[in-house]
Formats: sequence, structure tokens, C-alpha cells
Amino acid sequence: MNQSIYREVQGWGAGTWALFAGFGLVVLLALLSAWTMEHNGHYVTGMNNQIVWGLPHVFAVFLIVAASGAINVASMASVFGRTPYKPLARLSGLVGAALLIGGLAVLVLDLGRPDRLIVAMTTYNFKSIFAWNIYLYVGFLAVIAVYLWFQMEWRMGRYVAVAGWVAFIWRLVLTTGTGSIFGFLVAREAYDSALMAPLFIAMSFSFGLAVFALVLAVACAGSGRDIGNFIVERFRRLLGIFIAAVLYFAAVRHLTNLYASEHIGVEHFLLLSGGVHTALFWLGQVGVGGVLPLVLLYAPIDIGARMRLLWSSAAVVLGGLAHVYVIIIGGQSYPLSLFPGMEVRSSFHDGAVASYAPSWPEVGLGIGGFAIAGLIVAAGIKALRFLPESLGDRVTDPHYRPPAAVAAE
Amino acid sequence: MTGAQPSNSGRRRFFARAAAAAGLVLAPGVVLLTTKAKAAATGPRWGLLIDLNKCPIDCSECVTACNDENGLKGHGRPLTDAQWIRKVDVRDPASKREWSVPVMCQHCEHPPCVDVCPTGASFQRDDGIVLVDKHICIGCRYCMMACPYKARSFIHEDLTDQKPHAPRGKGTVESCTLCVHRIDAGGQPACVERCQGIATGAMTFGDLNDPDSAIARRVATYATRRIRDDLGLAPGVYYQGL
Repeated sequence: MNQSIYREVQGWGAGTWALFAGFGLVVLLALLSAWTMEHNGHYVTGMNNQIVWGLPHVFAVFLIVAASGAINVASMASVFGRTPYKPLARLSGLVGAALLIGGLAVLVLDLGRPDRLIVAMTTYNFKSIFAWNIYLYVGFLAVIAVYLWFQMEWRMGRYVAVAGWVAFIWRLVLTTGTGSIFGFLVAREAYDSALMAPLFIAMSFSFGLAVFALVLAVACAGSGRDIGNFIVERFRRLLGIFIAAVLYFAAVRHLTNLYASEHIGVEHFLLLSGGVHTALFWLGQVGVGGVLPLVLLYAPIDIGARMRLLWSSAAVVLGGLAHVYVIIIGGQSYPLSLFPGMEVRSSFHDGAVASYAPSWPEVGLGIGGFAIAGLIVAAGIKALRFLPESLGDRVTDPHYRPPAAVAAE
Repeated sequence: MTGAQPSNSGRRRFFARAAAAAGLVLAPGVVLLTTKAKAAATGPRWGLLIDLNKCPIDCSECVTACNDENGLKGHGRPLTDAQWIRKVDVRDPASKREWSVPVMCQHCEHPPCVDVCPTGASFQRDDGIVLVDKHICIGCRYCMMACPYKARSFIHEDLTDQKPHAPRGKGTVESCTLCVHRIDAGGQPACVERCQGIATGAMTFGDLNDPDSAIARRVATYATRRIRDDLGLAPGVYYQGL
């Protein structure tokens, strides 16, 4: 296995311009969406006093969860000593930071008072998991910055393993915090579960690797760099394990809820009678996000390993968005139980399943989070040495032997 | 060895002075904390008792009074318009019995909205009233996710003709203040006043910590319930006949 050589993406071809222009345009549309929401007020969105967190939160939570997962590729090298992943560690840090910034931007721009961001950064209630998350998110960016510095500055190379450990532990705590935002909500039957934290960690592994694989494929294809079968095969096996882990935790969460009679109502809603939420659960979360990618990854069908990985990664992203949608929107749609066992109705929609129709500003803002992340990654690999010149088997496979040598035997 | 003696005594003097200075700095804080804790333990705990036997389904005077007092006007959009108090129609499917229950912020002793608020904008006064500091609310709506009573509303659009004693703001969260401006002036909430004045007198306001108050005596005498008491939040609103 040879030492990797990292290179910026050279030149400004039409494709590079188009990529930056495309991302820039979507970011502008996202800013316009945010301005529309803030100027008019949130009544122009689909959110209301029943569905208080909407599509922007779906995108934001997906991006934040994927961010902590994207850094795992670097952890595989620094923490678990898997040298084939080492050439990808820099890009892993960049993608992790970019996804987090994209997610946080969506979250902040959806606030009722985004102009008070400075208040959120300076006034804390340490009993709130939200306040802790502000520290965890900002700290995550700082940890990644140091981690990248140690990787890119050869004199600091001996500290890379320590920084890798810190980043790995930090990301586990961060995702625990994100899952706990929901897990601590005792009032909402769909959430109130300690399983939300490990579920979110499993989701982060899966979503993060899927997004990373797609970014890597586009970056290498766009810059004319090769990816060997060795790394593709590794990703394929890893992604399969992560998808299975998500399915496992999701199944345990719903099965344990079904065991408690007080939660049967909300489970019936999500799994059977919830209309769009039920459809998104079975078709989106389980079908597109779980079964389809597993089939693509493992079934004996005649498509190449790269196509298996790319299509399954795309399916994980789409299914993952459906998964987060069902958690956030589906969980709120089911009415709060003020009077258990009673029939309830009021002018404030008590006892009624809440409806939600996302508005265009919400869609624009949410997709803008992806565009911000894309812009950061594109600028990073264009200007700095994040991407190795080659990810061929010669670089990544520790037991690589040139084809000529194999043929000579 | 001879030089060690003065050096040690100098160090001792330094530590003694440092301890004295630290004590001087910390003492007022300790005293303040003690005073505050005593005030919380012995001061009033404002609460409501609502007798549902006297609360008819077709009466919503408490809601009207609240809207008038606090300048709550709808925009004709029921999904996003704010409601600080609402009448909830409750029906027992087994016995077919029905109640009409006024529900507002329950001013919990252990309010989850205060726990989850990242900036501390949701806060609780020593007298138990739970409020939102509109100056530091960032509009994240986590308190709305955490409230089991659906007591809070987000301001979804511009407001006009606000009441000076009930300032509100687009992009922030709000809920029943128990008419804190009236209580601090020695009065009682507008909903209670209206209920006792022109309606049925189902609502009683008072200090739950004062054993001689009407509300404390009635809570001690009659069977009362608090909504979702199983959650252990110790709401300050009691219901009789539920």
C-alpha cells in the first residue's frame, strides 16, 4: 500500500462552474425562503400550533445525524486502525463539518427569532438538552478542525490517533444528545423512549456513510480520480451492517411500545392507520431505506459493485429522510393525551390528528441545508488538499499486488 | 532551615488573607441564596380550582375574558391563532358522561417547558407562575413540544393593538400568565373574575400555600384532580368533579 498524495481539484471546467452555480442558486433560494418565513411569520408555512416542528427540522435533523456519521470513515482509520480508510479521513472530516453547518443553518433560519442567535449562544439553561447540544455542535466543529489540522500538518501526525479518539467519542455524545431531544419528551407518546439515543446513533452510521459514499463518487468522478474495488467492497459491507442496525433499533422501539398498552394508540396510528405517515413508514423508512438497499447490496443480481453502492446509498438517503419525517411529523400528528381513555375535542384541535402540508419556503430552506453542505465540500476539495489523487486498490489495499505480478504466477 | 520559618508564616498569612477575601466575596451570595430559598418555601403558591359541576358546556366566558384582557385576537386561522385558555369537551365513552374543561397553562411545580428551554426564556417565579421572557425567547418551540397540556402558542404573524400589560411578539412563544399583572397588583386573573362575576362561579383563585385560603380549604375538603397528575409535574390547577 502506497502513501496517499492529496491534491486540490485543478482548473475551472464547465462542470465545476455548474456545480458551484447550482449550489449557490439553491442557497440563495433557501435564504429567500427563510426571509419569506421571517418577514411574514410562520403562518405562511405548513407549521402551526399542532405541528410545531416541520419540514425544515426534518432536513436539519437528517443533516446533523448524517454529519456525525460521516466522520466515522475517519474514525475507522484513526480509532479502529483500518488503514484502507486513511486516505479518506480528511474528506470524512470535511463532509462531517459541512453537513453539520448545513443542518444548523436550517435550524437557525427556522427559528421564530433567528436574529437572536447571539442570545442562544450566550444565555444558557443547562438543564436543557438543547443548550447542551449547542455546545456539542460547536465543539464538534472545533474537534474536527483540530483533527483535520493534525492530519494535514505532518509535524502533528503523531497526535492524529488521539484527535481521532476525541472526535469519535464526541460524535457518539453528540448523536446521543440529538436523539435525547426527542427521548426526553415525556408528554409525547411517540418519543418518550431512551431507545431514541441508540436509534439515532445507528441512523447516523447509516445516513453518514451513505452521504459520504455519494459525495466521494461525485468528487472522484468530477475530478477524474479513480476508486478501486477494494474500498467500494468495504463500503458495501459496512453500509449493509449499518442499515440492518437501523432496522433493528426501529423494530425494537416499535415492539417495546406495542408491549405497553398506553402506547398502542400511537403505534396503531404510525403503523396502520396514519395515512401518509404509515405509508412513509412502510414504503419510505422500511422499504426504500431498509429492504431495498439491503437487496441492492447483497442480492445476486447482475449489477456492478459501484452501482450497488451508489443506488443503495441514494435509497438510504431518501429512506432516511422518510424515517426522520415519520419521527418528527408523525410523532406530533398523533394528539396529546390530556385525558387518557376519554374522547376529547376543542377549538384548539385537542384529540384530533393534526394535518400538515409542507409549504414551498420550508422545502426551499430544507434543501438549502444540503446545498450549503455541498458548497462547503466543493470549495474545500477545490481549494485544499482533502482528496487523494487516487483511491485505487494500489493505495487502499494493504495486500495489493499488481496484476502483472499476479499473472506471472 | 533558618530561612524556612519566615517563609512558612508568610505563606500562612497569604492563605489566611486569601480565605478571608474569598469569604467576603462569597458570603453575600450565600446569604442571598438562603434568603431566596426561604422566600420560595414560605411565599405564596398561586393556583386555580375549577369546579366542573358548575362549568356548563355552552359557557366560554373565561375564554372571552382572557382574550379581552390580554388582547388576543385571531386572524381567522384556527391552526395558527393563539389560545391561552380553551374549553375542552371531554366524554367518557364507557359512562357517556361529559365535561367541559377549561384548560390553560397549568403552572406546574416542575414545568417541563422550563427544563427544556435552551435560553431560560421559559421561567418560573417563586410564587409558581410560569412565564416566557419575550426578550430572550428565540422561537425554537421546544417548550411547545415538551408541554403535555398543549398550553402554549407560537405567534405566527404580526400583531396589532397590543395591551401594554401583556406584551407579545411575532416569532416567540406565549401562554397564560395567570394574569400576573393583576396578581402583582393584588387582584385575580381575568377569567376567574369574569367567572365569579357574570358566569357560574366555577373558578377559584388563591394561595395554595395558605391553609386559610378558600382554595386551600376546598382542595383539602373535596376530591380534586389535576390533569395528567401521573406525569409528576404537580400542576397548580385543580379540577373538582372530573
